[in-house]
Amino acid sequence: MNDLESLEREALARVAAAADEAALEAARVELLGKRGSISETLKTLGAMSPDERKVKGPIINGMRNRVTAAIAARKTALGDVALEAKLVAERVDVTLPVRPEMQGRVHPVTQILDEATAIFAEMGFAIAEGPDIELDDFNFTKLNIPPEHPARQMHDTFYLKAKSDGTRHLLRTHTSPVQVRTMLAEKPPIRIIVPGRVYRMDSDQTHTPMFHQIEGLVIDETSHLGHLKWILEEFFRAVFEVPQVEMRFRPSHFPFTEPSAEVDIRCDRSGGEVKLGQGDDWLEILGCGMVHPKVIEMCGHDPAKYQGFAWGMGLDRLAMLKYGAPDLRAFFEADMRWLKHYGFSALDVPTLAGGLSR
Amino acid sequence: MKFTLSWLKDHLDTDATVEKIAETLTDIGLEVESVRDKAKELAPFTVAYVVSAEKHPNADKLRVCIVDTGTKKLQVVCGAPNARAGMKGVFAHAGTKIPGTGLDLKKSSIRGVESNGMLCSEREMGLSEEHDGIIELPEDAPVGKPFAEVVGLTDPVIEIKLTPNRPDCTGVRGVARDLAAAGVGHLRQDQPPKITPRFNNAVPIGLHFDKETANACPIFAGRMVRGVKNGPSPAWLQQRLKAVGLRPISALVDITNLMSLDRARPLHVYDADKLRGEIHARLAKAGEKVLALDGKTYELDPEICVIADDSGVLGLGGVMGGESTGVSDETTNVFIESAHFDPVRTARTGRTLGINSDARYRFERGVDPESTVPGIDLATKLILEFCGGEASDLTVAGRAPDTKREITFDPGLVEKLCGVKIHPGEALSILDRLGFRSSVGTRVSVPPWRPDIHGQADLVEEVIRIVGLDKVPSTPLPRLASVPLPVLTPMQKRVRAAKRTLASRGLVEAMTWSFVAKAQAELFGGVPEALLVANPISADLDAMRPSVLPGLLAAAQRNVARGIKDLGMFEVGPQFTGSEPGEQLTAATGIRVGAGPRNWAKESWNADVFQAKADVLAVLDACGFSGDSAQVTTDAPVWYHPGRSGALRLGPKNVLAFFGELHPNVLAAFDLTGPIAAFEVMLETLPTPKPKPTKTRPKLDLSEYQAVERDFAFLVDAKVGAAEIVKAATSVDRVLVESVTVFDVYEGQGIEPGKKSLAIGVRLQPRDRTLTEAEIDAVATKIVAAVAKATGATQR
Repeated sequence: MNDLESLEREALARVAAAADEAALEAARVELLGKRGSISETLKTLGAMSPDERKVKGPIINGMRNRVTAAIAARKTALGDVALEAKLVAERVDVTLPVRPEMQGRVHPVTQILDEATAIFAEMGFAIAEGPDIELDDFNFTKLNIPPEHPARQMHDTFYLKAKSDGTRHLLRTHTSPVQVRTMLAEKPPIRIIVPGRVYRMDSDQTHTPMFHQIEGLVIDETSHLGHLKWILEEFFRAVFEVPQVEMRFRPSHFPFTEPSAEVDIRCDRSGGEVKLGQGDDWLEILGCGMVHPKVIEMCGHDPAKYQGFAWGMGLDRLAMLKYGAPDLRAFFEADMRWLKHYGFSALDVPTLAGGLSR
Repeated sequence: MKFTLSWLKDHLDTDATVEKIAETLTDIGLEVESVRDKAKELAPFTVAYVVSAEKHPNADKLRVCIVDTGTKKLQVVCGAPNARAGMKGVFAHAGTKIPGTGLDLKKSSIRGVESNGMLCSEREMGLSEEHDGIIELPEDAPVGKPFAEVVGLTDPVIEIKLTPNRPDCTGVRGVARDLAAAGVGHLRQDQPPKITPRFNNAVPIGLHFDKETANACPIFAGRMVRGVKNGPSPAWLQQRLKAVGLRPISALVDITNLMSLDRARPLHVYDADKLRGEIHARLAKAGEKVLALDGKTYELDPEICVIADDSGVLGLGGVMGGESTGVSDETTNVFIESAHFDPVRTARTGRTLGINSDARYRFERGVDPESTVPGIDLATKLILEFCGGEASDLTVAGRAPDTKREITFDPGLVEKLCGVKIHPGEALSILDRLGFRSSVGTRVSVPPWRPDIHGQADLVEEVIRIVGLDKVPSTPLPRLASVPLPVLTPMQKRVRAAKRTLASRGLVEAMTWSFVAKAQAELFGGVPEALLVANPISADLDAMRPSVLPGLLAAAQRNVARGIKDLGMFEVGPQFTGSEPGEQLTAATGIRVGAGPRNWAKESWNADVFQAKADVLAVLDACGFSGDSAQVTTDAPVWYHPGRSGALRLGPKNVLAFFGELHPNVLAAFDLTGPIAAFEVMLETLPTPKPKPTKTRPKLDLSEYQAVERDFAFLVDAKVGAAEIVKAATSVDRVLVESVTVFDVYEGQGIEPGKKSLAIGVRLQPRDRTLTEAEIDAVATKIVAAVAKATGATQR
């Protein structure tokens, strides 16, 4: 018995003394391998009488089980130590900055257009578009702008080189030719907004030779100035994300509308920035009116039956007002610093449900 | 258009305040730009008496004055040469804001002597540029009284912005008529004066036009006044002209200016003794010249209407008189011209010659032709009054154009167009106050001073602007559907998808001009003659862009010059192949510049062809189109690197996109160094997906059997595209071969020159059972054979 006890004591001491996994494995082979000391002891059971085996069997098997368990436990302990050491070795400096990623942006004009689209689509307006290079007829004549009108002069309008037949195209000076194209192609009721690039011979602090307009057109049998007023009130309230916008309609004159009006919104200009919905100043924001009967007629509809209204404003200007970008020219200079500052994240898609902007 | 309050009240009987008047003007469409009230602005400036003026002890040019302000005597240091004891001047206390300098006056010590205010010059008062000395007031000016009151500057000046359709309001009387119609007082009665002729007009008058051009000047009325004494006009008239920014010249000239400003009736006066023969209106002859009253000589063309006599051209009809026959202080016999000039021709003359005058301003908008004779009579009356003399009878050549017209007006249209209920009687009453006359059957006749009124809608505007647009009730537009239907077209959705996709891939959206320099356009295929701008705003913006790239590259160069060397930018916008509507395309175009910001991790993005290709595929995917179904060819246009660029196309004609690194020569033209990766996706050329009846996705078909992957390495001619090998391997069994990936490409040591090693991994996905080794081997053999057949590759 003493032999078995001392064998177990020695075996457990070997296991405990194994300093690493290799030593532990060597110990396991010496103890439990084919010719291991414990394996050899187990073999002696075969030569014993059944009675003796009944007594010794559990003792020897118990010893083997305890040694096996000790080896497993030691193995786990050694693994923990090794992993611990590995993890320590794998330490990095987490204060390092992350790998650089490019940050994309959409232009504020794209953003404000998507905002306007969300609002007008909700009111049932479709979006109509037309070419930047226009016919004189659509840009002027069919909009009741007479041949001698100053806007038609070379110092106001960009013309392309005359074609062989003497006619010349122009760069549209407003988005209104799309009104003409739409009325010529469609039957009322018409509800459209028209965004797009327009061109005028102007370049100074507040003017650029190209800018963006957005205009609206409603043609049916009953729509009147009161509806126009409501649409604009709703639009400005929604687009500027304020509880209320106070507007002022001033009679004005445009060749393509009659009656015509200009619209101002109440603002506060003190302190160098424009705050809407408060203050004592008025800011001119758009022109509008009932579509001139001659325009309706020239675009193929009976002005005695159909009527409607149109309005137009600067899209860039809307973005300037809402987001406080002071200089129109910067919109087209593609300065990365400006674009990143005034631009919007790709995922900032304006919705009416979530609010137009963050 | 400027006028003063008292001037307005000459025509308008009203007690309204200037604030009420200004508010009403804006409300009825005569937008007020400014109201300047000098009495208010100059309130702190008072009359002071200079008791004494001694030389400053420490400065030769300064004087130390004791000034009596009426309440106390103050010491003031003054530098004006005319400061002297016994004079009366304009005094400002310390603390007053000086209009001319915009600064607050401070109590100070000047060269050691205390100064408690200032004696002011006209420039300091913001009245003129005069700064040679301080203002001297008359001896009887009451000390302590406000300066503005003493010199009669108490009349507020109102400036309105006129829309071009209102020539009648280029005269104060027209403005007064509108205000009276809006209920701000009553328009005073005005009877044209009766002139008793004392002799026969000796100046013959003629109109020399063809039938086609007769409308250039349809009527010319003239009259002589002899024995006049020209000199300064009365103080009230000078004051008015000065208040609105005109320089008084002489009584005769000031009267014509008054007629223009007061009655919107420009006239011209000639020194009758300088006229030779018949005075007449005609078109200029090519090459004729005239020295105009602005001191400049103008060369004329045959479209210009002139006034001439036997000596030649005297002046520009409706625009400006000439120097040769102008009146002076020596003039004793004056000839007055009152004529009508065609608006269109007048505008053209002014534009061609670059002359902006008060006469042009009125004639190009349309002067009331009926005012020709009453206008000359009123001017004659004023000349007789201010300059004496006696008037001749009136000679009139031609006839005033007939402006009489009637419009059948349904007052109910006001409500139909404006949504506001107006009683028909009220509508007609407004029109009546504006000078329209209506008969029982609501036929409304238009007054001759309103050339802008032609139809019912014009009359509706007249009524509603007087009623007030604020009376129009905000009315909800009826909805077309409870939940609005989608409105964006497939193309609009593509544009939106492309923009947000590119932004999500790290590119920043720019918007650049639609026009570029012609030389830049040449680098991108050039543009036809039809796309050149005839009148560009500058020489480097003279061609409609054939590609968005030049604008982006120019922008990249500006950013690089500012030190931003790593950037990605895109623009979704128009580019042009011709000037007709179908020849404008929308391209999603982008560039990537630089190797990424310097950083510790060393891994950065690459501005290379594969990055650009990835951008293209991402845009296509966002537009609902799989790039797999397009063919990649190596024939990108010349602005790309010939060996590192490609095109994505559907068939030979239909190009979806170009991508690649840009050609070094193109970069050099923009002062950039590469590599720069670029792409252009033609959004219109993408096939439009067919609308589907339902939104149901196809059934997901997953196999429960084990997929098998096998790798193959091929040795192939270096020119063979990977796509060809992938295609050959895929086509072996389109059901079984689920995917083919290229996982290694190698050229160099160990590979014979001109060849490359290319390795693919093929994934086989059986659908109905597990593949046996024999079946896998059979497919593998077929793949090797197919690739060999298609590309000449051998398995390594």
